[in-house]
This record gives sequence, C-alpha cells and structure tokens, in this order.
Amino acid sequence: MADDAAVTTAPASPATSTGPAAGATRQGRPAAGRPGGGRRAADSKLRKRLEIAFFVAPALAMLALFVVWPVITAVQMSAFRWNGRGPLVDFVGLANYVSVLTDDVFVGSLVNNLVIVVLSIAIQLPLGLAIALLLNRKMWGQGALRTIIFVPYVLAEVVAGVVWFQLLQPYYGVLDTILQSVGLEPPAQGWLGDPDLALWTVMAILTWKYLGLAVILFLAGLQGVPEELYEAAQLDGASWWQVQRRITVPLLGPTIRTWGFLSMIGSLQLFDMVWILTKGGPANATSTMAIFLVNEGTRSNNFGIAGAASVVLFLIALVMAVLYQRLILRRDAKGVA
Amino acid sequence: MTRTQRGATAIALGATVAMLATACAGQGTADQDTADTEGTSTEDAGGDVTLEWWHNSNTGEGKEYYDQVAADFAEANPGVTVQVEAMQHEDMVTKLQAAMQAGTDVPDVFMSRGGGELQNDVDAGLLRDLTDDAADTIDTISAFTGQYTIDDQVYALPFSMGIVGFWYNKDLFAEAGIDDVSPDPTFEEFSGYVDQLQAAGIDPISVGAGDKWPAAHYWYYGVVRECEFETVETAIETGDYSDECFLKAGEDVQAILDKEPFNPGFLATAAQSGPTSASGLLASEKVGMELAGHWEPGVVGGLREDEQVPEWMGWFAFPTFDGQAGDPADQMGGGDAWAVSQDAPDAAVDFAAYLLSDEVQQGFAELDMGLPTNPAATGSLSNETLAQLIPVRDGGGETQLYLDTRLGQSVGGAMNDEIALLFAGESGPQDVVDAIEDAAASQG
Repeated sequence: MADDAAVTTAPASPATSTGPAAGATRQGRPAAGRPGGGRRAADSKLRKRLEIAFFVAPALAMLALFVVWPVITAVQMSAFRWNGRGPLVDFVGLANYVSVLTDDVFVGSLVNNLVIVVLSIAIQLPLGLAIALLLNRKMWGQGALRTIIFVPYVLAEVVAGVVWFQLLQPYYGVLDTILQSVGLEPPAQGWLGDPDLALWTVMAILTWKYLGLAVILFLAGLQGVPEELYEAAQLDGASWWQVQRRITVPLLGPTIRTWGFLSMIGSLQLFDMVWILTKGGPANATSTMAIFLVNEGTRSNNFGIAGAASVVLFLIALVMAVLYQRLILRRDAKGVA
Repeated sequence: MTRTQRGATAIALGATVAMLATACAGQGTADQDTADTEGTSTEDAGGDVTLEWWHNSNTGEGKEYYDQVAADFAEANPGVTVQVEAMQHEDMVTKLQAAMQAGTDVPDVFMSRGGGELQNDVDAGLLRDLTDDAADTIDTISAFTGQYTIDDQVYALPFSMGIVGFWYNKDLFAEAGIDDVSPDPTFEEFSGYVDQLQAAGIDPISVGAGDKWPAAHYWYYGVVRECEFETVETAIETGDYSDECFLKAGEDVQAILDKEPFNPGFLATAAQSGPTSASGLLASEKVGMELAGHWEPGVVGGLREDEQVPEWMGWFAFPTFDGQAGDPADQMGGGDAWAVSQDAPDAAVDFAAYLLSDEVQQGFAELDMGLPTNPAATGSLSNETLAQLIPVRDGGGETQLYLDTRLGQSVGGAMNDEIALLFAGESGPQDVVDAIEDAAASQG
C-alpha cells in the first residue's frame, strides 16, 4: 500500500518541485545538489521517496490497522443496531445518534467531562504555577520537593486509583479512620459513595495526580525565561511580585497554553481513574463519555450505541481542539512568525 | 460483565477461590494462551478427532479434576483427544465473546450461562441443538434445562444450578439476641432481624451496590415473590411489564431500603473483591448477612485469613411478602451449562453428556465445585453449608434465572443501572419498570 503511494507520487515530483536547488536543500545531499542534473535528481528523489516509504510503511500499516480501521469500523457500527453477534444487517441510520444525544446518562457524562475540563484548569493552573514559582527559587530540599510533586504523575493511573480507593473506603479506610479519631464525622456513604461528593472526590484525586505534570512543564518553561530580564527588572527596582506578574507569567504563556491543551484533551478522554474509583457511579455521578461508551459497548452489548457515542466523543474533542488551536494557541504561532 | 465472578467463584471452595477472587487470578492464564488460536476441532483422515473444551476451573483441585475427566473420556473413546483450555473466568468470557462475534474458532464444548446470551448465540446459528443427540442426559436433568431451552429445543446442558439467598453470621445473630432464625422468613420476621441487629450496633446487611448486580438481586427476588412465574415469562416474551407485580417488586425493595439496613458506603461497595467488598465485610464479621448465591461460602472462605469456610455461616431464603402472587417455593438463581458449537463433531456431544454423567457429577460435587444438577450427585456435596441449598432448590418451586442474564446484556444492563439508582434514592419503583420497557422496546 505504501509502495503504491511512493510509485504514484514519484513521477509527479519533478513537475511540482521548484528546481534542483529546492531538492538539494531538502535532501541535504551534495551529489543531488548539482545544477542541471535533472534526470539524476529525479532518480535520486524517487529513491529517496522509496526509502522514506520503506521506513514509514510499518508505522503506517500499524496506524491503519489499529487507529484508522477501528475509527472507520466505529463509524460504520454507529449506523447499525448490533449486539455483537453475526453480521451488521439492522441499519438504523442516525437513530443511534439520536438515542445517545437524548440519553440522560450520556448528557450527564458530557456535563461531567466539561466540569472536569474547567475545574482541572481552574484548580491546577494557579496551584501549579504557584508551586512552580516556589520551586524555581533556590532553596533547601528543592530537588526532593520537585520529585515528590512529580511522583503521582509517574505512578500508573490504575495503581494510584487502587491506592486511593482503599484510602477512601468508608468507615474502615485510612481517611475516615483519621477523621473519626479527631472527632469528625465522615460522610455516611463514604467519599466515593455519595452522589453529591463523588465527583469532587474524583476531582481532588485527579488534581493530586496531574498537578505534577503542570509543575514540571511550568518549571521547564521557567528555564526559558532569559536571566537578563530578571536582572534588568532588579535594576529597575521591581518587587518579586512585579517580576512574576510582568515577566515570568507572560513569558510562560506558550507553556501554559500548551499545558491547557493537554489538560483539556486528557479531561475529555478521562476513563481509567474513574473506572477504578467508581465505575462511573454512584448513580452516574462520576460517569464520563468514555465510561458511557464502555458500559454500552462491552458491558451491555449495544455496539451501535457505543459506536455512535465514540463518534460523538471524537467530534466534541475535535471541535474543542480546533477551537483551542484557533483561539488560544494561534497567538503563540503568530508570536513566532 | 455483570456475572463476572458469580460463576467463577462457585467453582471451588477455600484456597482456590482466594486465587480467583483476588488479583492473583491473572497468573493462571499465561500458559493457556498458546494453543487456543489454532482453531476448533480437527478431524484428520484416520477419523481421529480433537475436541476443544473451554472451562473456568483454572486452579487447584478443580483444574486437576477436569484434566482427569478429559483424559478419562479420551481413553474410553479411542481416536478422540480433548484439548482442555482452563481459563480465569473473565478471560474466558471475553474470549468466548470474541469467538462468538467472529463466528469462527468457537470451541467445541464451552460454558454458557443461558438467558439472553444463549438466545443471541442461537439466533446467530452458533450452537448445536442437543435435544435429540443428548436426549438421555436431558431426561436426567430435565428439572434444570428450562433456562436453556429455546422454542422447545435444548441448546445447553446445565451442570450446576445454584440459588440466591441470605448468608448470615450465626454468631452475630445470636449476639443480637436473634435465637430463632427461620429458613424461610416472612418480611416481618426479616425486618425483626434487621431491627435487632441495628439495636445491637451491628450493620445488618452488606450489599455490593457499586457493582450493581448484587443490588439488582433484591429487585429480581421482589419479582420472584410478587409475580407468578408465568407472568414473568409472558412479560419477557411481550416486553410488556405493566403487570402491577413488577411495581410491587420495586416497592418491596424500597421497603427494605427504608429500614437503612446496609453497610456504610454500600453505593460504592464492590461485590466480592477484597476485604472491604460486601463479601469481605461478611467474612470479617462486620455485618450480619449478605444476599448472595451458592458461590458465597467459597468467596467468604477465600477472604478469611485461614482460608476456611467459617463455622458460623448459615443460610435462609429471601423473605416472603404478604399477599405475594409468586409461589413461596420459587427461588432466584442461575447456573452454568455446557454448550456445543454448531460445527462440532458428534464426539463433542458425547463429551458434554459425559460431563453430566453420574460419575463426573459426583466427583464435581465431592469437590464442592458447584451444585450438581444430576440427582445422583446431589448427595455427594462435601460442604454442609452448601448442601443445605439442595433441598430448597429442589423443593418443587421454579428457579428464575438472574433477570439480567435472562434479559440479555442490553436490557439487563439498563435494568441494573436503574435499580442501582433506586438504591441511591434517585429513582423509584415505577422508573425501574419504565427503564426495562424502554430498553426492551429499543431492542425491536
């Protein structure tokens, strides 16, 4: 398949390329850079393309098999009612999409996802920034503190989930035991069992888990702030706060915006942590779109509904990603140009 | 996945179950993955046959026993080889599902849990009709084949059939001053137990509502009590659940919920995994009782330090309600059956029948691997706690299959979700009925 692509594009390349010089710079090979070597340049270009095709083909094949094909299958599945047995025959058009979008559980899951997107950024941005600024100062135990902050992020999500699940056990768990021993009354249904508390509990754990990523990215960004600016500010008599507000944070902008993008996409696709902690319960209080589609697909055998839900999830993530690129990340691209 | 561990944990008592019920279970599967991709039965020119058999007794004595059974059958039938694939339960379910979806590489003999799943497999033409080929065996176990019969044809041979009821801690009941525990209490008597346990400062009941199905069992039993058996059958057939008894089932559950008898945090409690699960709370003597199936002694034993089934374990039936339409002898439960794939050779049917023979079933019972269906084997159970279910199961009533299995994953899943909401106080008895009707209607 990849070879075909190389063969079909090769003849067109001499016509489309702007000249030997362009080819030379792109290829970076002295031999191909000789002016007037049209035939040989074309040969070399063909070889180059075959080479690329050869090395890229395995990766493309994997991508096609494990990404493109499943995506196409999901779209196809979403137009059928299918319980997983036998061929796809019961065509229902867009009915699955209608039932997904009118399903209270799905809409509730979407709202939960959006709440998590907003809260993740609203909580982790100021907190992460504050910790990064703090850890950027020369101080005792700096390395150790950085490590401690980053450890939760390194832990496998499932492992962290199981640990928290045990800590938060109602009545017998560590947290409740501590609360009781100081005379406080833990919630009767537990932190994960009370529909009003569960999402906030999950949010707190997600913050614990992902704060480290924000901090490490911000710290990396801080390394990129030129030292001279600080010196200049000091000479001008700027206070520490003024330096942070006027210099550090604005120059950290691109890092913050990129982190925001990662955080948003992660929140939209949230699954593992919730699955371990609550399976989306109690009473769907912590269900996310990914939880919904797993429940519908592999647990209830409504593969058509699950297919439709996955397409909807994909579109929502795509739209939000494009909007984010357009509205927020564009500033960074402009700044470069 | 609602039945994730019900079948698995019924398989063996004691230490083997500890392995199944905990994370160690995955280890057992690594060495079985090598052979199963080779496809199904092969019949070479000489008439030799290789049968592929999938089961979930993948640890300890159960595994050894089944290996022996396979070897015995091969010996008695020259030219037949049985290739055994013993898998951890969830692995088996996943692989079976994949095989069924592909429609190829379906093992010759494998476990089926009946209900909607069996119906789907039959509709897809994947299962062999055993009605005539295994007629003698079906005759022997006819009391249990109903759940595996579609349009008067039997598609699987049930080898274990258990019932759900309350497993209770005799010591804690005595501590609460409950000296007289009825084997089949009325709701008033049952309420009395709850009140007395609460008065003694003991959480009366643990329920793994986080996994949904343990909570849903209360509603299923409400249906078994309030509805005549035939009413349920008709409703499932027509998708019309307007009979008042379905509403009353929800009201019964509501009445139990109103007594607030459940362990703190029950909405997030798991069914069987670990010490803080519903079974774990019973095992660690923190609650008075738990509604569970015949697998419970094994699970509880596995969750105890000494890995023994505790002496204090007793059993009584789900309470009966005033004016209920259901026969008090009816119970709710389920089992496992051997199904044979459509393309399997005749020897596979013989093998499935052999698995139900007096001899194999007696060995099965002696190891407490489940509650045997062959009447010749029901007396062979070693474990007395388990043995006390036999007279109740065989007491003349009907055994209604777990309704989620019965209705299939699609409708069953929607039903369980709604019952979990009922437990969370976010739904009512009518909502459960509506959810089932809606899901059934969208099945078309």
